[in-house]
Amino acid sequence: MTSAGVPLLNRPSRVLGHLVLIFYSLLATLPTLLIIVNSFKDRLTIFSHPFALPNGGTFTLDGYRTLASSANFPLFFLNSLLVTLGSLFLILLVSSMAAFALSEYRFRLNTLLGLYLSVGIMVPIRLGTVGILNLMVGLHLVNTLWALILVYTAQGIPLAVFVLTSFMRGVPRDLKEAARIDGASEYRIYGLTLPLIRPALGAVTAISMIPIWNDLWFPLILAPGESTKTIVLGASAFLGQFVNDYNAVLAALTLAIVPVVVLYIIFSRQLVSGITGGALK
Amino acid sequence: MAHTSLSATSSSARVKRRRPFPWHIAVFLAPAVLIYTVVMIYPILSSLWLSLNNQSGGRAAFVGLANYQKLLGSELYAQPLWNALRNNVVFFLIHMLVQNPVGLLLAVLLSFRLRGSAVYRTLLFTPTVLSVVIIGFAWKLILNPVWGVQRALLTPLGLEHLDQPWLGLPNTALPTLSLISVWQNIGIPMLLFLAALVRIPDELYEAARLDGAGGWTIFRRIQLPLILPTVGIVSVLTFVGNFNAFDLIYSTQGALAGPNFASDILGTLFYRTFFGYQLQSGDPYMGAAVAGVMLAVILAGLLVYLVAWQRRMTEVQL
Repeated sequence: MTSAGVPLLNRPSRVLGHLVLIFYSLLATLPTLLIIVNSFKDRLTIFSHPFALPNGGTFTLDGYRTLASSANFPLFFLNSLLVTLGSLFLILLVSSMAAFALSEYRFRLNTLLGLYLSVGIMVPIRLGTVGILNLMVGLHLVNTLWALILVYTAQGIPLAVFVLTSFMRGVPRDLKEAARIDGASEYRIYGLTLPLIRPALGAVTAISMIPIWNDLWFPLILAPGESTKTIVLGASAFLGQFVNDYNAVLAALTLAIVPVVVLYIIFSRQLVSGITGGALK
Repeated sequence: MAHTSLSATSSSARVKRRRPFPWHIAVFLAPAVLIYTVVMIYPILSSLWLSLNNQSGGRAAFVGLANYQKLLGSELYAQPLWNALRNNVVFFLIHMLVQNPVGLLLAVLLSFRLRGSAVYRTLLFTPTVLSVVIIGFAWKLILNPVWGVQRALLTPLGLEHLDQPWLGLPNTALPTLSLISVWQNIGIPMLLFLAALVRIPDELYEAARLDGAGGWTIFRRIQLPLILPTVGIVSVLTFVGNFNAFDLIYSTQGALAGPNFASDILGTLFYRTFFGYQLQSGDPYMGAAVAGVMLAVILAGLLVYLVAWQRRMTEVQL
């Protein structure tokens, strides 16, 4: 971008713009910072000086110790990781296959299937909860991570197919025809296409990841057991239980915040380009 | 649409050679269609079917619209349903009046390419990636009269009278929760608006600048008319998201959506009807009926968008 070179605004407007953006940036980040900073302070200072940084006299890891001794946080964390990675793998695999078929071949049901799959973009899967619970009870999947993985995969497919189909259409035909002439099978050609749409796969990963990691509804309903709790459900239950132990609560909040923020910083480019359709590079 | 015609010719050539059944197409499509159908479409349909049934002598029996009649007509169900629906409308209106205009303002400011725009963008989007549960508890702590963070912030500004238990008062709980949700979700409209703004060709801005247009004129005459389609999409996304919301209210106010159901919305009502709570046992049939009402509300909203907004859009373009 030719950023600093083309100021569209005169100087006073620019200063005003910066002021508004700085104010809102503070509003957006301060509550989170307040939680993280106070999780390292002793109880007295949390209340008497909520805005102070911890120093030699007030620094403590008490909250984290309570957490380590009373909750299964590492297990919850692993569950969240397995569910998120498992769902993302399935979403990317099955959606890219479907998107390949929809963009590459013309067959009788093509448009209809495309429309059928996109219904799910607008109709929330949550409305089928009663049916999903009955289904998972029938399949004996309640209180397994598979129940969550299947639901999140189904939830992610519509948008992923939609985004990937439009990207697959942009892959040059010559390449695929050349491969066909060399005798490559259709499956091989699909395999050759995947690396070419890597940015789209990254974008789909970033958009799908956050709602899966952060979801509370389905873990609460499909996998509330102690061994299958996700970090969000675990933190939620823990916070309800320890609501007066501020050190522990703040430590739990911090542990639940930091991984997502780290992931966000790693994937923020893909996330932005995923949401904005690649308009901002 | 050049590729469509290309693929048309290549596939008609394929048909002429009378290929065998294209198994590979089925193999490519089957997993996605199967998972989507079994885990999403079938449960939604079976849930709708369940809402037309009820327990009768230990087994489910078809009762037609009786559950919906009970939901809309009986005192036990109708009062909470209307309360939740009304609260949900308020929840949605606050998002439309605060989240989307402020998101638009931030996007416009970012589109003027001030120095450090990328940093601002990253910071402004941070709350959106955090779990609603975490957000809910963080704000509950901050607004908690015991911790007194708000007192420490408000007293120096001479605003002590604003130091209230915002989440605990029946009149303020719902607006406060709506604003917390706005605070968290503002990143999405911001990015969608920004994406639309960045696509506006530079020449239009240059022409405006030559004419001596300021920021406000550029916004009114160039940016706003060109991003109207995005305004429509953002409204629909807000609508669907809001009428399906649950997590924030559940994690700050619990399943009873207190105080005294003042923050009850359709999502929390659905949860309570389906799973039950202290005084009432869960009822899958009535729960399915609440989901049916939610689906009807969402489909009605989508229909309004498709008919009214899309028509207006084509008129604007003409």
